Amino acid sequence: MNLLIKNGDLVNPGKPKLNGKLDLLVKQGKIAKIGENLKAGKGCQVIDATRQYVFPGLVDLHVHLREPGHEYKEDIASGTKAAARGGFTTINCMPNTEPPIDNRSVVEFVREVAKASGVIRVVTTACITKGRAGKELVEMADLYEAGVRTLSDDGDMVEDAHLMRRALEYAGMFPLTIISHAEVAGLSRGGDMNEGFVSTKLGLKGIPAAAEEIAVARDIRLAELAKARLHLAHLSTTGSIELLRTAQKRGLPITGEVTPHHFTLTDEETVGYDTSTKVNPPLRERQDVLACVRGIEDGTISCIATDHAPHAGFEKEREYSRAPFGISGLETAVSLAFTELHLKHKIPLATIIAALTINPARILALDIGTLAENGPASLTIFDPNLKWRVEPSAFLSKGKSTPFAGRELTGRVSSTIYNGRLVYQFD
Amino acid sequence: MSFTRKDLLGIEELSAGEIQSLLVAAVSFKEIIERNVKKVPTLRGKTIINLFLEPSTRTRISFELAGKYLSADVINISAGGSSVSKGESLLDTAKTLEAMKADYLVVRTPFAGAPLYLAKMVKSAVINAGDGAHEHPTQALLDLFTIQEKFQQIRSLKVAIIGDISHSRVARSNIWGLLKLGAEVTLIAPPTLLPIDIEKMGVKVRFKIDDELKKADLVYVLRLQRERQRGGLLPGLREYARLYGINSSRISKKAMVMHPGPLNQGIEIDDELAYGPRSLVTDQVTNGLAVRMAVLYLLVGKK
Amino acid sequence: MATKKMLAMDSSEIKRALRRIASEIIEKNNGTNELAIVGMVTKGVFLGNRLVKEINCLEDVAIPMGVLDTTLYRDDVNSKNFRPRVEQTEINFDINGKKIILVDDVIYTGRTVRAALDALMDFGRPQCIQLAVMIDRGHRELPISADYLGKLIETRKDEQVLVAVKEIEKEDMVYIVKDKKKSVKDGK
Repeated sequence: MNLLIKNGDLVNPGKPKLNGKLDLLVKQGKIAKIGENLKAGKGCQVIDATRQYVFPGLVDLHVHLREPGHEYKEDIASGTKAAARGGFTTINCMPNTEPPIDNRSVVEFVREVAKASGVIRVVTTACITKGRAGKELVEMADLYEAGVRTLSDDGDMVEDAHLMRRALEYAGMFPLTIISHAEVAGLSRGGDMNEGFVSTKLGLKGIPAAAEEIAVARDIRLAELAKARLHLAHLSTTGSIELLRTAQKRGLPITGEVTPHHFTLTDEETVGYDTSTKVNPPLRERQDVLACVRGIEDGTISCIATDHAPHAGFEKEREYSRAPFGISGLETAVSLAFTELHLKHKIPLATIIAALTINPARILALDIGTLAENGPASLTIFDPNLKWRVEPSAFLSKGKSTPFAGRELTGRVSSTIYNGRLVYQFD
Repeated sequence: MSFTRKDLLGIEELSAGEIQSLLVAAVSFKEIIERNVKKVPTLRGKTIINLFLEPSTRTRISFELAGKYLSADVINISAGGSSVSKGESLLDTAKTLEAMKADYLVVRTPFAGAPLYLAKMVKSAVINAGDGAHEHPTQALLDLFTIQEKFQQIRSLKVAIIGDISHSRVARSNIWGLLKLGAEVTLIAPPTLLPIDIEKMGVKVRFKIDDELKKADLVYVLRLQRERQRGGLLPGLREYARLYGINSSRISKKAMVMHPGPLNQGIEIDDELAYGPRSLVTDQVTNGLAVRMAVLYLLVGKK
Repeated sequence: MATKKMLAMDSSEIKRALRRIASEIIEKNNGTNELAIVGMVTKGVFLGNRLVKEINCLEDVAIPMGVLDTTLYRDDVNSKNFRPRVEQTEINFDINGKKIILVDDVIYTGRTVRAALDALMDFGRPQCIQLAVMIDRGHRELPISADYLGKLIETRKDEQVLVAVKEIEKEDMVYIVKDKKKSVKDGK
């Protein structure tokens, strides 16, 4: 099916000349032409994108799809539908499934299920250690051959510094990029939220910023020692971002991501004990939120990732301390980025979209995240004028927990096109 | 001055006026418990469910008696025998209790915030009888009542709270209450037993016993959980007793002492002081009944 | 003001009524032996105090006086008449074997007196309880009547009886108070 997207405002990172008011002609899943005043041929469907933005299909570096093992929380079918609704055409799933994605057969299982039931592209990060147990390295060569490009024990830190060093060294030769979940368990264990005045008032056990910062400092130093690339997942504190900034100034190939909830919300949200505010790392304080924003603005933080971590309703409907960490993030991410970062903090849209497309694509070693003639026709049409209220029951994800329930956001994905197919349309 | 809430969840959310109206009402109830016939028919036909998901004898008995003195029917559900301990979710519990049409739900739980969750879910008046390290509002009210009874006035009173502030809901509720009624509060504890940024509540903080303690009109001694030395919070009970144990030589000659009970004798407070003429410990227990009767009475019929 | 006040008793009438009730009490009880007065919060307390004084004038004895708040014994604790303030009850004498004169300003449905009887029983077993009120305004819902009465006044349910006392209203008067709006509604 041919598709003509007319009158949209193209925001296209990596291709400075292909920005602005341009039409796109899509044929056989590829972009046939980008130019002004393109004409629709016979049988060509036309999408009018007047006063809307057209982005390359968004890429989410950090998603928990829960399949295999926890399909009651989410599965690849529901997770990819939710992603499409959020404007994503490629998502990278984390390996803390059951069994964990620590060998070729689980990687292939995920790929096969995604092919059969997913509506967009799914790639996977594999574990650093077998069974995510922090003891032995996974068979990296085999995983590399299976298409894996990133490794992480996300959910837990590789506690043994020696093992982490060897993982970084060994991964470097393929190359595979290690994604660090920076959290010193000894400092965070039993914690429910950020450690600060709010946790003191609420009587909840706190997770100090230092639990993350010590781990970030260690992994930066180990990456330097191993001469390896490193990506730091879901950074949340002023100190972590400062450590990353300093490392980058010294020329180290280290990148970092933040989540929409960390650049939007503070730990004050926890007052009232709503478990939709329970995330790991926890919501931090005002200065940390601003540090996340500054980090994206000045490029220290090159990626926005959702850390979409869905849970079943009954799991979140519990006492705060007994509820699991994690929220549903795919369906609010780009609207939050637009509302908070662009409208409120005046960060250029090009910077924000790069953090949601080409920058995460590079970390995944994928040649996507930009729109070009003869390239894949995966793109997102975004209406910046539409104001809407977040309604969790309308989520396509099985996880309905979000701290943004009822919040009014500006801008919303109107269509998501994956390889020339319309996989989501707002009606 | 009035009290129009559906639930009593914490002291933090109450105004000074609301606290005072509870304390004023408690005076009348104290008269009742000193009668020969300690029973009034006020809550005849009302049902109170005591949902105690954590061991507690004192508070449960106090609520039970308070309810019975007001002629309510009181049912106790405790952690050991209930399906709650068998993994029944709080949501399930809430729905079941809601269906039972209890008028009051008195909740003690190890989980901070759980009473708030229940209060949103059920029509019954929910009374927080202690939630994790968050709040224990009726304890603070009975303490404030006892202080007011003894000192007539709380404004400008110098109060020292000594002990494990970190894990103490009693400390948090009392700090809110004392500050709202105008007392000057100093906390004395090792840094490991002080939660972060606690001074932002408006209290002074001291790590060691010093002149601040001697200046106090009232010394409130907290219970030290014996297991705190595990987890690296304390080197041991002996050192704690040496640094923070309260005896008559460490406090002003005019000062009174309070303790929420049960006491660890010889650790946080010495026997002579705990049971001597300067101790308000038994007044606290009696006043607990009066205050809980007042709370039950003032929450009646608020839907 | 949207209310209309009609005078029902002036201060000298009230004084005469109290004096008469005092002597009736002494007469009926053959003196003041075992006699005690319990005033009901609020107005019954002031009237009770006056009766104590009158009896003292007549017989030269000081009989014990107690204060009773019936709030906790009311049968309407749930309804909109809920009273958040509970006044203190103070009965500092043993009521066992006593002849209790229960004093209130107005008797209306009889429910408050019923509550007072329950409350008194919780303090012990008096020899007898007699009721003294300044005004009986009718409309009884329970089989209760006054042993000593100041004045019987026929009222409508939409009217109120106000027994004013010096200690609160700066004058001793009894008024019948009528809400004017209500009267208009009633077609007057």
